[in-house]
Amino acid sequence: MAKYILKRILYLFLTLFIIATITFFMMKMLPGTPFSNQNRMSAEQLKIVKAQYGLDQSVFVQYIRYIGGLLQGNLGTSFQFNNEPVTALIGQRLAPSMQIGAQAMVVGTIGGILLGALAAIRKNTWVDTLATFISILGLSIPSFVLAVLLQFYLAYKWKIYPVALWDNFQSSILPTLALSALPLGTVARFMRTEMVDVMSSDYIELAKSKGNSSWGVVAKHALRNSLIPVVTIIGPMAVSVMTGSMVVENIFSIPGIGEQFVKSITTNDYPTIMGLTIFYSFLLIIVYLIVDILYGLIDPRIRLGNGGKE
Amino acid sequence: MDKILEVKDLHVDFDTYNGVVHAIRGVSFHLNAGETLAIVGESGSGKSITVRSILQLLAKNGTISKGEVLYHGDDLLQKTDKEMDKLRGNKISMIFQDPMTSLDPTMTIGKQVAEPLLIHNNVSKKDALKRAEEVLRLVGIPNPKARMNDYPHQFSGGQRQRIVIAIAIVDYPEILIADEPTTALDVTVQAQIIDLLKELQQKIGTSIIFITHDLGVVAGIADRVAVMYAGRLVEFGSVNDIFYNPQHPYTWGLLDSMPTLDTNESDRLNSIPGTPPNLLNPPKGDAFAPRNAYAMEIDEEQQPPFFKVSKHHYAATWLLHPNAPKVTPPASILNRYEKFKKLGGNVK
Ligand SMILES: Nc1ncnc2c1ncn2[C@@H]1O[C@H](COP(=O)(O)OP(=O)(O)O)[C@@H](O)[C@H]1O
Ligand SMILES: [Mg+2]
Repeated sequence: MAKYILKRILYLFLTLFIIATITFFMMKMLPGTPFSNQNRMSAEQLKIVKAQYGLDQSVFVQYIRYIGGLLQGNLGTSFQFNNEPVTALIGQRLAPSMQIGAQAMVVGTIGGILLGALAAIRKNTWVDTLATFISILGLSIPSFVLAVLLQFYLAYKWKIYPVALWDNFQSSILPTLALSALPLGTVARFMRTEMVDVMSSDYIELAKSKGNSSWGVVAKHALRNSLIPVVTIIGPMAVSVMTGSMVVENIFSIPGIGEQFVKSITTNDYPTIMGLTIFYSFLLIIVYLIVDILYGLIDPRIRLGNGGKE
Repeated sequence: MDKILEVKDLHVDFDTYNGVVHAIRGVSFHLNAGETLAIVGESGSGKSITVRSILQLLAKNGTISKGEVLYHGDDLLQKTDKEMDKLRGNKISMIFQDPMTSLDPTMTIGKQVAEPLLIHNNVSKKDALKRAEEVLRLVGIPNPKARMNDYPHQFSGGQRQRIVIAIAIVDYPEILIADEPTTALDVTVQAQIIDLLKELQQKIGTSIIFITHDLGVVAGIADRVAVMYAGRLVEFGSVNDIFYNPQHPYTWGLLDSMPTLDTNESDRLNSIPGTPPNLLNPPKGDAFAPRNAYAMEIDEEQQPPFFKVSKHHYAATWLLHPNAPKVTPPASILNRYEKFKKLGGNVK
């Protein structure tokens, strides 16, 4: 297990290196410069500024410098945002994003598991129909539409929540709800399909024949077995929550990374864009690693390392 | 002898898209304390549904429309699911057909074997696990202590069936229902499992209902045999009655399709020509008539009642009616009658 994780961490750095390289050169191919909307600068001034950021060097030299900086944990300095180091920028804005991201994942996953399990246990009843309806809503309404709807009704019209303010837990509720709809819908659909299957399997019948109550069968045997495939979709779901977060943070004016990402793109702020891309990749790889470890914990047949002995 | 279980006039229906399937159409039998009753019949004849009805473990679309299941004289069909939970895995337990799919893949076998004890008895987890270990040893899992924390996929098919048996017997049930416990296993392992069941019966004194589509394994384990066809019993009696004095042409067919030393597995498929009737519209007369070379006109019209052959032997065929013409069974069956005479039996 330890060896496996070590190997995965090695891959993690390799992947990050490749991603950094690709984004670097893609950035360089983009039209426009970070200073293209600052028309008032003279050619002379522009030259000084470019030299200051090292943009007068050849692309290759810039690349080597960038990677060199990366190795020291330096993501460069932002062209905007008061010339702060990108790492500091991310650091300041990490907390709100992580909070609503994690909250949305937890609410979505647990809610989805419960909703899907309920639908499966009460298959072909009104409970199932209602659960299906809810999860299809969650799947089909984009998070930004939901964000706007929640904002309009709960915050603007009924004034239950603040419209766009970031201070306490309460202000995180609406963005969390907006972001959790998709994972909730996805997990619920997945969970229902899987659990219907599991409930009709032989080992569930045997569990019932042992004298377990219907509830005991679900709690002790059906849930865990149904969770196995659900774990595999946590990775892709984390991706959609992260991308959804970019827009949702803007709608609710949350000072998070997502909002910053959007701003940095509209202003061609290369170092910030790259820094954030690398940071997002890092997060995703970590999520996938955790998912793999979880998967092994839940399903003994694929325990990592020992490879099962069939 | 003590009748520990008695099934009376059991009827089971299934709701399907095509209509109601009358899977069980009036089955009655009993189980004596300490004995092994075998229920045999081609696949689809209703053996599993019959025994699942005893524990009320039917699929959602199935209903027991009529009948009684008397356990020590107490009708189980009047009990609630909660009351049944107290009997399942405790007084009456079940061994399922496919050991590859009957165990929870995500739970250690130690926990799976200990589970019935924890459900039904006020024991600590530690004691339950200890007892589970003993039972795993009893069913012949080598080195059980070390294997308690292993998962099902780490065991062979034969070992998994032993584990399934361990689960069924861990709480010393009065009745053990084994639904084709050896069908999925190869021949040598089959024999081992049968021996194991016999040995366990001696040790814990349980009564067994043993289901199989293969008469070949019956002789080695059963005291009495009930033959089932198209949702009804057609003949029942002692092992000797069924093997050496069979009266129903369906029983003859089953006996003739039994593998002997010089037949191989594939030869015996479809050895009784034709297929069982569709139970969406059960036939008016004897369900076996269309496949029965000895069928008479009345077989098309009316279901035969059980005719008494001897005190413990009954068969539902019009051939036993006093007015029926005398027919000569196949030579193989006549040979069996000879053997029956030698055993001191009285052939009609
Ligand atoms: N859930 C179900 N829905 C509809 N028909 C069923 C269902 N379960 C069993 N049956 C029918 O009941 C009959 C008896 O099945 P079963 O008891 O499993 O046979 P056996 O165990 O003798 O092979 C079969 O004809 C089968 O089609
Ligand atoms: Mg069966």
